[in-house]
Amino acid sequence: MKLAYWMYAGPAHIGTLRIASSFKNVHAIMHAPLGDDYFNVMRSMLERERDFTPVTASVVDRHVLARGSQQKVIENITRKDKEETPDLIVLTPTCTSSILQEDLNAFINVNSKSDVILADVNHYRVNELQAADRTLQQIVRYYIEKADKLDQLDLTLTKKPSVNIIGMLTLGFHNQHDCRELKRLLNGLGVTVNQVIPEGGSIHDLKHLPKAWLNIVPYREVGLMTAEYLKDRFNRPYIATTPMGVIETGTWIREIAQILQLQNYESYINQQTRFVSQAAWFARSIDCQNLTGKKAVVFGDATHGASMTRILAREMGLRVSCSGTYCTHDADWFREQVQGFCDEVLITDDHTQVSDMIARLEPAAIFGTQMERHIGKRFDIPSGVISAPVHIQNFTLGYRPFLGYEGTNQIADLVYNSFTLGMEDKLLDMFGGHDSKEIIPKSTHSSIYKKVSHSFGGRQQNHGLTAALTPKLQLEWTFDAQEEIKKIPSFVREKVKSNVEKYANQNSIKIIDLDVMYAAKESFHAL
Amino acid sequence: MTTSFSETLKFECESGNYHTFCPISCVAWLYQKIEDSFFLVIGTKTCGYFLQNALGVMIFAEPRYAMAELEESDISAQLNDYKELKRLCLQIKQDRNPSVIVWIGTCTTEIIKMDLEGMAPKIEAEIGIPIVVARANGLDYAFTQGEDTVLSAMAHRCLLSNQRKKFINSDNEVVLFGSVSNSIATELTLDLKKQGVKVSGWLPSQKYTNLPTLGEGVDVCGVHPFLSRTATTLMRRRKCRLIGAPFPIGPDGTRAWIEKICQVFDIEPTNLHDRENKVWGNLENYLKLIRGKSVFFMGDNLLEISLARFLIRCGMIIYEIGIPYMDRRFQSAELDLLEKTCHEMNVPLPRIVEKPDNYNQIQRIRELQPDICICGMAHANPLEARNISTKWSVEFTFAQIHGFTNAGNILELVTRPLRRNLLIFKD
Repeated sequence: MKLAYWMYAGPAHIGTLRIASSFKNVHAIMHAPLGDDYFNVMRSMLERERDFTPVTASVVDRHVLARGSQQKVIENITRKDKEETPDLIVLTPTCTSSILQEDLNAFINVNSKSDVILADVNHYRVNELQAADRTLQQIVRYYIEKADKLDQLDLTLTKKPSVNIIGMLTLGFHNQHDCRELKRLLNGLGVTVNQVIPEGGSIHDLKHLPKAWLNIVPYREVGLMTAEYLKDRFNRPYIATTPMGVIETGTWIREIAQILQLQNYESYINQQTRFVSQAAWFARSIDCQNLTGKKAVVFGDATHGASMTRILAREMGLRVSCSGTYCTHDADWFREQVQGFCDEVLITDDHTQVSDMIARLEPAAIFGTQMERHIGKRFDIPSGVISAPVHIQNFTLGYRPFLGYEGTNQIADLVYNSFTLGMEDKLLDMFGGHDSKEIIPKSTHSSIYKKVSHSFGGRQQNHGLTAALTPKLQLEWTFDAQEEIKKIPSFVREKVKSNVEKYANQNSIKIIDLDVMYAAKESFHAL
Repeated sequence: MTTSFSETLKFECESGNYHTFCPISCVAWLYQKIEDSFFLVIGTKTCGYFLQNALGVMIFAEPRYAMAELEESDISAQLNDYKELKRLCLQIKQDRNPSVIVWIGTCTTEIIKMDLEGMAPKIEAEIGIPIVVARANGLDYAFTQGEDTVLSAMAHRCLLSNQRKKFINSDNEVVLFGSVSNSIATELTLDLKKQGVKVSGWLPSQKYTNLPTLGEGVDVCGVHPFLSRTATTLMRRRKCRLIGAPFPIGPDGTRAWIEKICQVFDIEPTNLHDRENKVWGNLENYLKLIRGKSVFFMGDNLLEISLARFLIRCGMIIYEIGIPYMDRRFQSAELDLLEKTCHEMNVPLPRIVEKPDNYNQIQRIRELQPDICICGMAHANPLEARNISTKWSVEFTFAQIHGFTNAGNILELVTRPLRRNLLIFKD
């Protein structure tokens, strides 16, 4: 058992439902107790979806426990088959059905017009993202094999170079905007899009996937299994580069161009980088200079976490103190991607560890998920949201891609707006800040931690937060020293304060006056 | 059209394929109500994900609840439930030191038959904090019924009054059950006091350490329509006397509720009609908007009968009252009042559909084209896109709707889609 307050990735069935409801005319039937159809609320609310979410529950109740669910599941399948005539019904197991250990596979041989498959996911082994990746591959494989059996597979490539975009799905972070941006880029390169799956895709078209020359998997989390399958089975190449940021978008285009043997792509990259994207110019502009060396922390899914880390480090000249991901199943890949672009790497799905890391490093800005946004609020550190899980404000009505050249503009805005603006920063520095808030040690973000640290007799081995902000000795700040520290801009003040206290502790100093402060400054170069 | 003019209420039962919140959501309001409690939901990632999404920003405000997330090793019994739960409870004790830990059993603990009731007293003795076990799972219950399971478990923890009252009704005291905000509790207490009835306690109270004293001869009365289990526990196990009244929702309901309590104590209520009429007078601006308009309740929180009764009194027509579960005994006074209200307002009796089927309901909504559909969030946007005005039913659960002064809040919610339509779809 694990004491948990919050989770980054949802349970497995959510991944399956996201794939199923992204396709057109596919219906999912969850084998779940009452109340587990919460997915419908999320889709309807977050995506502001106009249509009914094609997910129903085959409700597991006491009677089902007594009699088994076969009859009810079959009834529900045949009923949906008649009512909505979907092309495909995906029977979706949940944590409940996992432990009931019924042979759901035996229920899917129903006499129905629609195809019926059982999603092959285990609640206790995979999370939302892994389940989505698997289910997409499962559906693609099912229809390729079906077409093969009926001898309907046509493997001839399209006349013009074409690609499939794999992994765009409902409730994905800015997926719709990203998809539009990628299509625009491909169009500019003279490449046609054969299919986008699963979002808006039809399962009837899946058998035509092999007609594309190349498969594109923009996000690390969902689509790789499908691309691998198409490569193994039909020898179709794929690229898994995420075109996020100026450099990676360039790389992405070059990779496509090489495989498809396109001409003149360098001039296209050049023209887009200089005229569509403002990010390269922004990085040179005097504004961005003020961001040089500022400390940032990045946390998110593997794709966005890694891409953002590299953008901040090599395109904007920031210092990424820590880069992390909650995709613990993909830790090795992530480490490799951010190697050399950050000081340390954090792989965890426990948000309190992220919170402790942020408290310890005290960055000038945080780029993370909705959870990091709240951590930032608590610590008074500005933050930008770059990855799921997100809330409704990140399902924007306006055009906000993160990928491609327009994406670079959006990211530049996001980063720049997250920091205290340059001039304001200088003024704060010059006039010692305009906030008259009394400086007390920032209350730790959770009373739990205070108590924990006390109960451990001040060993403080596990929580960076308490280590950073709670002095070991009772330190006294003289009036002069207090006045002096008020002059330090608010966003670095805590850092300076904790450095001075660290210095005092190390040197067994109990009273902090101006002399101690300057000595600390010399020793840490922190002020 | 199935709305026919029948003389008595008709009850139907459908497939139970409807959308509602999982009953574990009750921790959201109960941990806030019972200030010294800690709620531990023993379940899977699915439960956690639901709570996290349903409760939104509350999650970030250091809530006094957490998941005991079951992992594969728990399910396959490689780990010892008892040791695991004890470890987590000790951690909670150390971190928060609550006066009570409430274990919320879920579908998973039911299916793997984890003996929570058996383990709780032992762990309670070892760690020195009371542990209350409530099985608020989706196998058996819907949404607000979660509170019912918690309160019913808590009723066992109330002190037993050992003095059997010699003269029943001599002291005009009543214990009220149902979780409402503190301001509503004060208001209802005051309204009864004006009639000479003393509220001697609330289940739940603001603090676990303040639970009311119960026992033979104690009169109890509910304020929510979904508390039938709690009522049963109070009657059968604590030997209390239940006052079966309509619920204090809407000025009509509040008056009837007070009247019924007074009647039990042989008190002639004073000033009640004036009070009610004054409220109706204040609501006139809202009433103008809704008279003659029709409503369809899809049903998900068990407040439906009381709300429908109030809206009929407001002059609306109810096509259908969907409801997850209908306890006709516990709600009998409310059902009588509904029937009476329909006759007095001269409107057809609505059909009451227990365990509704959302798919069928959507077909009926298409046919009936109600002016407002009160439904869950899963259906609201799609219905709006089909030109049916909707109001999220969940808001009625979280808004303050009890007593005389809060009738306006109900109408504020009900009229919102209508007012929006007037404002932005004028042409």
